[in-house]
Amino acid sequence: EDLLCIQEDGTVLIYNLFCEFKRHFSMGNEVLQNHVLEAKVFHTEYGTGVAILTGAHRFSLATNIDDLKLRRMPEVPGLQKPPSCWAVLSQDRVTIVLLAVGQDLYLLDNTSCSVVTPPGMSPSAGSYLRMAVSFNYRCLALFADSGYIWMGLTSLKEKLCEFNCSIRSAPKQMVWCMRPRSRQRAVVMAWDRQLMGVGNSTEGIHGEHRFVLDEDSYLVPELDGVRILSRTSHEFLHEIPEASQEIFKIASMAPGALLLEAQKEYEKESQKADEYLREIKDQKLLPEAVSQCIEAAGYEHEPDTQKSLLRAASFGKCFIDKFPPESFVRMCQDLRVLNAIRDYQIGIPLTFTQYPLQDGAGLLGPSRLVLRRLYPLAIRICEYLRLSKIQGVSRILAHWACYKVRRRLGKDKSDEEVAHAINQKLGDTPGISYSEIAARAYDCGRTELAIKLLEYEPRSGEQVPLLLKMKRSKLALSKAIESGDTDLAGWAPLPVPTCPHSPVAPQFCKHQERETLKDLYNQDDNHQELGNFHVHSSYSEKRIEGRVGALQNAVDEYYKAKNDFAAKATEDQIKLLRLQRHLQEDFDKPYLDLSLHDTVSNLILDGHHKRAEQLYREFKIPDKRYWWLKLSALANRGDWEEMEKFSKSKKSPIGYLVRVSL
Amino acid sequence: MAAHLSSGRVNLTALREAGRRELREFLDKCAGPKAIVWDEYLTGPFGLIAQYSLLKEHEVEKMFTLKPGRLPQADVKNIIFFVRPRLELMDIITDNLLREDRGRSPQRDFHILFVPRRSLLCEQWLKEQGVLGSFIHREQYSLDLIPFDGDLLSMESESAFKECYLESDQTSLYHAAKGLMTLQALYGTIPQIFGKGECARHVANMMIRMKREFPGSQNSIFPVFDTLLLLDRNVDLLTPLATQLTYEGLIDEIYGIQNTYVKLPPEKFAPKKQGEGGKDLPTEPKKLQLNSAEELYAEIRDKNFNAVGSVLSKKAKIISAAFEERHHAKTVGEIKQFVSQLPHMQAARSSLANHTSIAELIKDITTSEDFFDNLTVEQEFMSGIDTDKVNNYIEDCIAQKHPLIKILRLVCLQSVCNSGLKQKVLDHYKREILQTYGYEHILTLNNLEKAGLLKPQTSGRNNYPTIRKTLRLWMDDVNEQNPNDISYVYSGYAPLSVRLAQLLARPGWRSIEEVLKMLPGPHFEERQQLPTGLQKKRQHGENRVTLVFFLGGVTYAEIAALRFLSQMEDGGTEYVIATTKLINGTSWIKSLMEKLEPAPF
Repeated sequence: EDLLCIQEDGTVLIYNLFCEFKRHFSMGNEVLQNHVLEAKVFHTEYGTGVAILTGAHRFSLATNIDDLKLRRMPEVPGLQKPPSCWAVLSQDRVTIVLLAVGQDLYLLDNTSCSVVTPPGMSPSAGSYLRMAVSFNYRCLALFADSGYIWMGLTSLKEKLCEFNCSIRSAPKQMVWCMRPRSRQRAVVMAWDRQLMGVGNSTEGIHGEHRFVLDEDSYLVPELDGVRILSRTSHEFLHEIPEASQEIFKIASMAPGALLLEAQKEYEKESQKADEYLREIKDQKLLPEAVSQCIEAAGYEHEPDTQKSLLRAASFGKCFIDKFPPESFVRMCQDLRVLNAIRDYQIGIPLTFTQYPLQDGAGLLGPSRLVLRRLYPLAIRICEYLRLSKIQGVSRILAHWACYKVRRRLGKDKSDEEVAHAINQKLGDTPGISYSEIAARAYDCGRTELAIKLLEYEPRSGEQVPLLLKMKRSKLALSKAIESGDTDLAGWAPLPVPTCPHSPVAPQFCKHQERETLKDLYNQDDNHQELGNFHVHSSYSEKRIEGRVGALQNAVDEYYKAKNDFAAKATEDQIKLLRLQRHLQEDFDKPYLDLSLHDTVSNLILDGHHKRAEQLYREFKIPDKRYWWLKLSALANRGDWEEMEKFSKSKKSPIGYLVRVSL
Repeated sequence: MAAHLSSGRVNLTALREAGRRELREFLDKCAGPKAIVWDEYLTGPFGLIAQYSLLKEHEVEKMFTLKPGRLPQADVKNIIFFVRPRLELMDIITDNLLREDRGRSPQRDFHILFVPRRSLLCEQWLKEQGVLGSFIHREQYSLDLIPFDGDLLSMESESAFKECYLESDQTSLYHAAKGLMTLQALYGTIPQIFGKGECARHVANMMIRMKREFPGSQNSIFPVFDTLLLLDRNVDLLTPLATQLTYEGLIDEIYGIQNTYVKLPPEKFAPKKQGEGGKDLPTEPKKLQLNSAEELYAEIRDKNFNAVGSVLSKKAKIISAAFEERHHAKTVGEIKQFVSQLPHMQAARSSLANHTSIAELIKDITTSEDFFDNLTVEQEFMSGIDTDKVNNYIEDCIAQKHPLIKILRLVCLQSVCNSGLKQKVLDHYKREILQTYGYEHILTLNNLEKAGLLKPQTSGRNNYPTIRKTLRLWMDDVNEQNPNDISYVYSGYAPLSVRLAQLLARPGWRSIEEVLKMLPGPHFEERQQLPTGLQKKRQHGENRVTLVFFLGGVTYAEIAALRFLSQMEDGGTEYVIATTKLINGTSWIKSLMEKLEPAPF
């Protein structure tokens, strides 16, 4: 529900219900140059559209103002003056323009312009003065200067009826008055002080009906009737629904009418109640009577009448076994809501037919109310209708909070207080998205408030991106870590890749690059990890000097970490590497990167007993292991002689019962 | 085909079905014929959710393994990458995409399915490489807990323990919490949560947090689980180090079970029938699926291996007796009845043959001297004998260069059973290992120290004896044939983790406060409010259902012990087991080892 104002230069201004400016857009250059001659706002299933007739007698269309796509309609050949009347039609999802120039009708679609003639058009009709398209775009009425009215389908394939009216001047307005699914159609025209209904229906408006208007009035065609608005009054002209007719027709014997009568008599404690009731029951029409009363109640605007009809329905229900209660309950609820919003202080005089059409869940009331900032009533309605919190109350509260944030109501209050006030109201209501409210606050430039609000957001997945957007990387990171979702945490530091206090930084950096990882350890003075890091990188060195260098770095770090064992072990490793290089040179066999054990073992296998002995001493290999090693190596070599020599040299630390598996 | 999943107290088929549904929905989004490019690690776990037939029904025509280079030719419209959210995999995908022939027509559509979670980090990465836009669908497939058996769920997250305890990367815990949320969505809110350990605390916190994040979705499913017990692996580092002695445990120790499949040496499974069949022995390893769908396996898997032989021979007698019956079948009716039982009997016979062969294979190993010596040392440590000095057997094994993992298992076991080793003892072992196996293992040793598996005794006090006595971890009078206590799974040692679960159910943890304080990490209890109407009214004699979640892995022996508790007549509690990964000492230690390949000089 917005107000659209179209300016001469084709600028369309959109205001909300409170006449607060929302946004504006332009209808394009062509309109800007030639100015707007006439403009029409129309509604289709896609939303609200704007059609403009420019000073150059060309049409420009935008079918949906929320998804603006301008369309310039083709030229009407020979059009020198503005058309006498025109209308926008929507057929098969295509929006087209119908215009009348004198006696000719033109249909303008996206690509072409064609002349059309309505079927059954009287040849003496004259030139067209007015046209009207029904709410659902199905019916078209044309008024010609002879007073001739043609009524038919917009497809121009069928004529419904024609009519000669006694007034020849063009009516100020001409609109359709019809009900969905009703076959009774009528056109209502208004002149200055005169209203005329024209129709062909059998029971409704048939022929010409004139009403006098007391004031200047304006007609608004709606889904199920016509609103007649004047300075002091607001009337609704509509076809009376069948159920109401049946009941309220004078001397009606319809079951509903009888039931209403019966109930009235019952209240008067008259035995006639029983007679009426019997009459309905004899015809076995009681269920129908109840349904009629319920239905008719819906069409009534006066609560008293609604009540008496519902009372009749409830009275009748007592005499039926298993009458499904839903329709009755539903109607009571709907009427309660409708009456509430029809109240003059709220001022949404919807008809029953218009009410459920908007939203199956009956959300129309609340969402319109929300736009009017009638939050308490909206919440009350949601609660009354027992809408689930997520669908109802939460949405309303979220709107309220966004409004609160936008309105800068709390200018005199601190952000803290506003956030707190919002949280007080909203609490942990399911379905509330604090991040959405925070985003709104951020859009209004209230970053601090947004951050405060985000504190209440339980979903970190929502918190983190917004915090990042607000350039609060540190906070984002800590939120991400809190959530345990390391992906969020991994993502958060991307703009600031090395956040030393992030527990995931190492993991993140491991993939990124190892250098960053080193920096991280450096920042933390984590010498043990730095040592490990150097050991790690030593293995990717392609030259032995590089390896030794990296290992030497590791030794230094291990000493700093007071890990003497690791430092000594790494020193040993360097020593071994150097020795292995010599061995490799001396014996021309690969020794590098063998373990100490394997190095010694290989030396013995190759018979270099002295060198083996040297390593044994230098690396302080325990006797026991050396014996095992030497014996298995000798056995593998089959050098029994040497073995005997060795076994006699010292007392065996492993005994003499050793089985060496070959 | 997934009947074994519904055999337990909790019908896990629902979880599998939910997984299949999600997969189908994704596949149908990519209309037309498709090829899947697999992150190889995922194929095993996926096999437990959906067979190729399901994929085929949804127009999956080709499957490739993810590797760098140009994608193989395939005449399909869609190429879908099924990957874990890892940066190194993203690099491979980028490479694949950049090499894709842009000129080829028709163009192929690319999609990516992250398992188990879409990752902003990975998407950002792909974006930086300029290929993110090539993907039409980028989705996630929340494959967190995969049903392995009627009472067993695993995330099969290989590196979970390492990530949690070494790299303080809690991604897998996040996935665990997510998996538990999924589980609760299907099986109702779990009213009671107990836990022990840092990671357990963390997971519980995340669960509570996640519940808050979706407060609207009030779970209206009647709770199936009464209790959730979250256990950190580092609360009980001992159990996985010991050699498992149940049938299934030993199969895993010796051959390694991967996603319920085991590969066995083919020689024993050679077809024995005709002479010609015997000549060319099969060279492909024999692949068998092991789960409780197989009646015989369900019966023997959790028995101590020493009790398996008698069951097998009893079964053999029954089956041959059943086959003998055909001679007694006289009437047509009797013969018909016999024939109708034939398929079942034949299946039973082949199952028996398989397990007899496996048992023989295992027996060859368990009767070896080395196995016996190793086990003796393990049991000495666990019962508290000589844990404070250098062990001869370990020294000898190092000197003979036995497999490093075996050494590490023993040394770690000794360290854990002594609440850490004296500095001198520890340094001696470390030096021996470095000299024998190579200095590169210094990083592995460092990892083990970080994980607490190997450590110097700091306090100077050894808590293990107290813990052992209070929790009755060592039982001298163990009955392997007809066990009366969980200690049968390790022939004497009762797994600490399972003991904690057992004591929680009865009499409650309050009785062991002192010991709980000695074990690492906090212990806690949380309650999740149930809406009125869902609160359980327990019928008399109905067992409680507890979900035990092992964060960091669980062994088959522990599972066997919990199953034993479920079956105890007066137990009162039935257990469902969930874990980040099914492990044994070897695979566990392996996951902690640093693999350093020296660059060739």
